[in-house]
Amino acid sequence: MVELWFWLVSVMVAIYAVMDGFDFGAGIHHLTAAKTNEERRTILAAIGPLWDGNEVWLLAGGGAMFLAFPRVLAAGFSGFYLAFFMVVWALILRGIAIEFRSHVQDGIWRSFWDGTFGFASTLLPVLLGAALGNVIRGVPLDGTGYFNIPLFTHFGTANPVGVLDWYTVLVGVFALVTLALHGALFLAWKTEGPVHDRVARRALPLWIAVIGIWIVATLATRAVNPGLFAGFAKAPLAWFFLLVYLAGLALAFWGLRKGRWLLAFLGSGAFILGLLAATAASVFPVMLGSTLDPKFSLTAYNSSVGAHGLRTGLVWWFIGFPIVLGYFALLFHIHRGKAKAAAEGEGY
Amino acid sequence: MGDPVFWHRLQFGFTASFHYIFPQLTMGLALLIAVFKYLGLRTGEAVYNDAARFWIRVFGINFAMGVVTGIPLEFQFGTNWARFSSYSGGVIGQTLAMEGMFAFFLESSFLGLLIWGEKKISPRLHFIAALALFVGSWLSGYFIIATNAFMQHPVGYTLGPDGTLQIASFWRFLLNPWAIVQYLHNMMGAVVTGAFVMAAVGAFWTLKGLHQPVARLSLKAGVIAGLLGSLLVAFPTGDLQGKLVAKHQPVALAAMEGRFESGPYAELNLIGQPNVPEGKIDNPIRLPGLLSFIAYGSFSAEVKGLNDFPRDQWPTSIELLYYGFHIMVGLGTFFILLMGLSSLQLWRRKLEQTRILLWVLAFAFPFPFIANTAGWMTAELGRQPWLIYGLMRTSEGTSHLVHGGQTVFTLIGFAGIYFVLGVLYLYLMIREVAHGPASHGVAH
Repeated sequence: MVELWFWLVSVMVAIYAVMDGFDFGAGIHHLTAAKTNEERRTILAAIGPLWDGNEVWLLAGGGAMFLAFPRVLAAGFSGFYLAFFMVVWALILRGIAIEFRSHVQDGIWRSFWDGTFGFASTLLPVLLGAALGNVIRGVPLDGTGYFNIPLFTHFGTANPVGVLDWYTVLVGVFALVTLALHGALFLAWKTEGPVHDRVARRALPLWIAVIGIWIVATLATRAVNPGLFAGFAKAPLAWFFLLVYLAGLALAFWGLRKGRWLLAFLGSGAFILGLLAATAASVFPVMLGSTLDPKFSLTAYNSSVGAHGLRTGLVWWFIGFPIVLGYFALLFHIHRGKAKAAAEGEGY
Repeated sequence: MGDPVFWHRLQFGFTASFHYIFPQLTMGLALLIAVFKYLGLRTGEAVYNDAARFWIRVFGINFAMGVVTGIPLEFQFGTNWARFSSYSGGVIGQTLAMEGMFAFFLESSFLGLLIWGEKKISPRLHFIAALALFVGSWLSGYFIIATNAFMQHPVGYTLGPDGTLQIASFWRFLLNPWAIVQYLHNMMGAVVTGAFVMAAVGAFWTLKGLHQPVARLSLKAGVIAGLLGSLLVAFPTGDLQGKLVAKHQPVALAAMEGRFESGPYAELNLIGQPNVPEGKIDNPIRLPGLLSFIAYGSFSAEVKGLNDFPRDQWPTSIELLYYGFHIMVGLGTFFILLMGLSSLQLWRRKLEQTRILLWVLAFAFPFPFIANTAGWMTAELGRQPWLIYGLMRTSEGTSHLVHGGQTVFTLIGFAGIYFVLGVLYLYLMIREVAHGPASHGVAH
């Protein structure tokens, strides 16, 4: 039961990364791949109907963690206090930028929101990637099960640690480049014309950059958290997800070479999903490792709620999840085909 | 002020109050928009769809504000109230997770279709999108209120072996009687807000002689929904809520009324200032026996005063609680009178000629926002000093490692961001009302 909830939470977080990841990625390219108002509205038409639902995965995943592992949620959110509010503020500005931009036909108004959207979409992957880096590196959890760290200390991975150090920033940059690729493949799939052409040209360089930073980040992870690789070797699921993400990388490459953009996009999605799931399998059952002493680490076993609560949640989770998949199927069906900038007043 | 608990409370209170400006309007409007779309589908008359189109635009702006200002609230459970989350997650994690799964996904999936889809999808599917937003937003309200109701009146839980709360009965927790009453009371409050805003825009346009027949329909729908909502928010829902408070939080009731001495025939203060140090109400104007009646249904019922409760059980801000309650009740009474009078004129077909009433309707729209906020302050301040009534004190639920320097920083950040958002929001809303129900497609 605990194991199942560990996986439900992990999968929901991974789905969040894949789904909101492509609209973050679109935002990373927004200012440079789309020059005119018409082109920028094409990007917003592609993600506009989807971004809010994508972001709900964050709340749903966080909700699942609250339900099953409240101690992890409490320790993590309060421990990364300032960093999490940076994330919240960026999410606020980004959402408002997407929703408010189209309301006023004015160059300054629209450029302001374009800038806000591009900036927040670039900052968020770095911050969320750094958060993942913190989870892998570990945090100074003590016997009370809590910690609180500043945004930065000496930028090293030894105690006293901060949210940002060379390793977590590296993971943040890895996330940024990965989502830039993911978003480029999404836009290449969903748009045509100048936007399509620009992001299509970026796909291969980004793919190569992902490979490069992925190798560096993997070596760095080995130095920062050697235990993760020992866990990896012993977890059959991790090997499975390794295959998923390698296959995803290969598919993305093949798709972008052949101009099969949907397949390439699915490939980058599989890469992100597989990478996060393989990480989860490697660290299991640790959810938040302690840099002070492994016995203070928060694990799925020492942080979960009682069996009755987990069982209760499972019942409605398996009712709700298929319904949600149905919504997304409907959404992608209704918005199938190439996205086009709507007439003024009739779309994003 | 040096107390970190104060800053945690202020930040949550501020961000929650700012957030709730928007959902109360969108939940109220969602109902009225769904009704318009239904009538448009049934009668084929263009005015219903024209009105719906305008109100959907207003809905869209407010919904976006509600979404982005709602995210910090979810985060703050963990960031600011870590010990509370850790202690109660085994129970309230259920409803918070269900809100995402059953409400937010539904709303977010159909939002784009509702706002931009009218020309792309069939009228029936567009009505379904309106219905989905109505159901989604009202469901979301229930999950949040069920969570709050557990904090007000915890039921369906058990104490786990590690000292945290665990769910014992899902249905008792979900169908907490407090949740049902508070939900109905709250949703009627949202209907009042939606109705007042709709009536205000209709009255404003009518005064200026603009945008008929959408103005007439908005005025009419706003007044009818406003009367129903104003009546229902007071009776039976407000009445039941008051009786629940009297039964389960008697000390909160005493503080809401600024009542220090116990006794029968307890009076209701119409006006007066609670003087807590001296234990009395200054400058009181009172209706005898009414508090006893509101709380227990009998004028002679004994109502306990604050002096009969230990000091450490008293709500921490009796003054604010007292005013919150009185502002809510006072405005609620005004709503019934205004909408009653407007309905009478509407029925006599004289509303559009009664310019004084149109003036009041056009500018009364801020008051439901104030009343709803005051109502929530009554609920939340009345719950003090408890975070979970009788189980956990507010001071025990904060993130104890987060110091004041961090919370004041984030509070200032929110103040800045919300100020900017608030200005832009008002600009867009004024623009929509000035533009009227015509499509934005034409250049302007």
